[in-house]
Amino acid sequence: MKPISFSAQRRQSIPIAFGIIAVTGLLLASCHANDSSGGAIQAQEAAQRVYVAPGKYDEFYAFLSGGYNGQVSVYGLPSGRLFKIIPVFSQNPENGYGYSEETKPLLMTSFGFIPWDDAHHPELSQTNGIPDGKWLFINANNTPRVARIDLKTFETVETLEIPNSAGNHSSPFVTENTEYVVAGTRFSVPIPQKDVPIDSYAQNFKGVLSFIKVAPDGNMDLSFQVMMPGFDYDLAHAGKGKSKDWVFFTCYNTEQAHTLLEVNASQRDKDFVAAINWKKAEEYLKQGKYHVMPGTYYDNRFDTSTQTAHSIVHQEVKVLIPSECPGLVYLIPAPKSPHGVDVDPSGNYIVANGKLNADLSVFSFDRIQQAIQQKQFDGEVNGIPVLKFDAVLAGIVKSGGLGPLHTEFDDKGNAYTTFFISSEVVKWKLGTWQVEDRQPTFYSPGHLMIPGGDSRKPWGKYLVALNKITKDRYLPTGPELSQSAQLFDISGDKMKLLLDFPTVGEPHYAQAIPASILMPRSEKIYQLANNHHPYLTRTEKEAKVVRSGKRIDVYMTEIRSHFVPDNIEGIHLGDTVYFHVTNLEQDWDAAHGFAVEGNQHNAELLLMPGQTKTLKWVPNRVGVFPFYCTDFCSALHQEMQGYVRVSAQTEQVALSWSTGKE
Amino acid sequence: MKKGLNTLLFLIIGFGFVACNSSSQKGRQAEESSSAISTASAPTNPLDDKGVGPIQSVQLGAIQPELVKKGEAIFNEKCTACHRLDSRYIGPALKGVTKRQAPEWIMNMILNPDVMIQQDPIAKQLVSESNGAVMANLHLSEEDARALLEYLRAVDDSSSSQ
Repeated sequence: MKPISFSAQRRQSIPIAFGIIAVTGLLLASCHANDSSGGAIQAQEAAQRVYVAPGKYDEFYAFLSGGYNGQVSVYGLPSGRLFKIIPVFSQNPENGYGYSEETKPLLMTSFGFIPWDDAHHPELSQTNGIPDGKWLFINANNTPRVARIDLKTFETVETLEIPNSAGNHSSPFVTENTEYVVAGTRFSVPIPQKDVPIDSYAQNFKGVLSFIKVAPDGNMDLSFQVMMPGFDYDLAHAGKGKSKDWVFFTCYNTEQAHTLLEVNASQRDKDFVAAINWKKAEEYLKQGKYHVMPGTYYDNRFDTSTQTAHSIVHQEVKVLIPSECPGLVYLIPAPKSPHGVDVDPSGNYIVANGKLNADLSVFSFDRIQQAIQQKQFDGEVNGIPVLKFDAVLAGIVKSGGLGPLHTEFDDKGNAYTTFFISSEVVKWKLGTWQVEDRQPTFYSPGHLMIPGGDSRKPWGKYLVALNKITKDRYLPTGPELSQSAQLFDISGDKMKLLLDFPTVGEPHYAQAIPASILMPRSEKIYQLANNHHPYLTRTEKEAKVVRSGKRIDVYMTEIRSHFVPDNIEGIHLGDTVYFHVTNLEQDWDAAHGFAVEGNQHNAELLLMPGQTKTLKWVPNRVGVFPFYCTDFCSALHQEMQGYVRVSAQTEQVALSWSTGKE
Repeated sequence: MKKGLNTLLFLIIGFGFVACNSSSQKGRQAEESSSAISTASAPTNPLDDKGVGPIQSVQLGAIQPELVKKGEAIFNEKCTACHRLDSRYIGPALKGVTKRQAPEWIMNMILNPDVMIQQDPIAKQLVSESNGAVMANLHLSEEDARALLEYLRAVDDSSSSQ
């Protein structure tokens, strides 16, 4: 497992400083100091562990966020094979998401159409604290939103905008039975937004933590927001078991800096974990103790029956003010700009990773409850009691690492924490707080993921480290590199590195679930009988072209391997043409595409069996333009083509359409 | 738009690769079909060929008008993308098919086209005659396939009695 000589040389010759955390006096250890063979087992054994024979299936589905590409990537574990990219917050030229008329509304916000966002944290829905395979939620970080992906179809079916929020980072973590999905703001801003000097931060800026109610059918509704002090709210996790009524959010920048946060938000010895009791919030809502505040936001829902998304626009939101709602929020002091906050499978331990710290602080839910009862407070912030650190601390993990970020758990009482600066994963024991093992990663992990590792039921066989720095791990591809994920076997006492695999975009968090849960739910086709798209063409006989003024609607079908109609005349310059294409196939993997020449406003379509999608086309020159199927569908795929004639407005060409001689 | 298109379920695919319906059987199916291809041979009488698929035996009686009506509706909705009764379209003309082929073969062709075009000698020949356009699997039920058979019987019955 020795690196090739090229990389070995680079390793010695290139000193690297990682910019995420620059603290005066904190020397950044070069991750390259690690030997890349550390933790690796014999190549042959590792290969056998990750080898999935042709025609065989992986044991787990893994969902990796795409980070700045706004998507989710679906991988198999242990093979590391990429199966699908699910577009969520970005247009996707692979399947027309965000280009087809049906999916455009999913990218609508109060700011308008957002073609590309930044998606960070996938989170599986849970029942009784166990991933249930129904939905995957993920946050848009830039223009705050939460999306829901239906895991029967692996398609985005809802996007919900979060008003008053800015940088939806501490999101979208779910409560034990997916009662709520949370969405905490990373950036504090004036609420409601207004024109104020930036240096009036301390007076004018606030942070909201939003709670989204999830209905049994999955539809999301923004239930309430909690108005918090003007800090940065970084990450979150809900409690489970005994702590199931609570959600924990880390916050940094309690210094309330508005410039050069690298330095100015790193001054205090301790920031906070905010603990919010959502059951209490429900009581206050019932009592009417909320404020109705203005806040325009879009809820975009994809109707599987019509295969079309629609936007619902809301104008206000219920807000709870902690000082008016005793018992709703407590602040727990946590050292040095905590990043991840992770709750162990029992629900008793809450781990806060102070990223400018070497040690991990573990809090006890029992002690938190006791401290609340005994009012062991250390002052308050904006009317929110601050619990005494020593009163709630369960233990400190003396890690010996630098830059702890995130922790996940196995099913044997162990926790695993990533260390960005020292570029490693450290395994430690809950209760004893002793380090059991440490393995280098290549290089600088952010999140890590164990299947079910943030739930009540971790499947503690594999661990994936999601590394931020790739450098020399793969063949170079110019300055821009893929990100590097690394798979570890954690079934034994020591972690064993099995596999490197490249990822798409920049994965932040990830989730995984046994394939045995998802596979039986996965749809193979869309039933034509259940297709209620308003522009459905159910049979070739129903195909037609309709003119309404300057608008042309083409009701078109595709089946191996012809279009109906495939000759269209009578389109004139100045017309806007909508191709409503239905794939009549009802067989698994019998997809068709659709593309028409010179489509300057739009893209192509990709249609799964039984789907109807719409492509808008505004021809801008006279002529006869081909259209064709873009997905190789059959031996006669190259024959799957047609023509549309575009005439000058002065020409008398009647509208007509046909396929074949009939 | 155009006149009514008439006729059966066919579609294309090709390259000797079969779109299979069962997720776990892709590889296995390919192996089976290649071995079957090498051993299959055409029966001397096409009516003895029952095809490959779920239908082992069909009991035919007097033509049932209700079933014919149902079959005609399915035919017009599902089959006419590729088939006409009187003339070749994407696939063969279907008038006379019940005289040419066994009822079991017809239903297996509807229900199990992926395997039929790999393994059944007559089906293979028909794909060849159709420029490589394969019969699409529209995942009809056995009841639907039986109704289609009844409709095609009725078509052939009326044409032979003329």
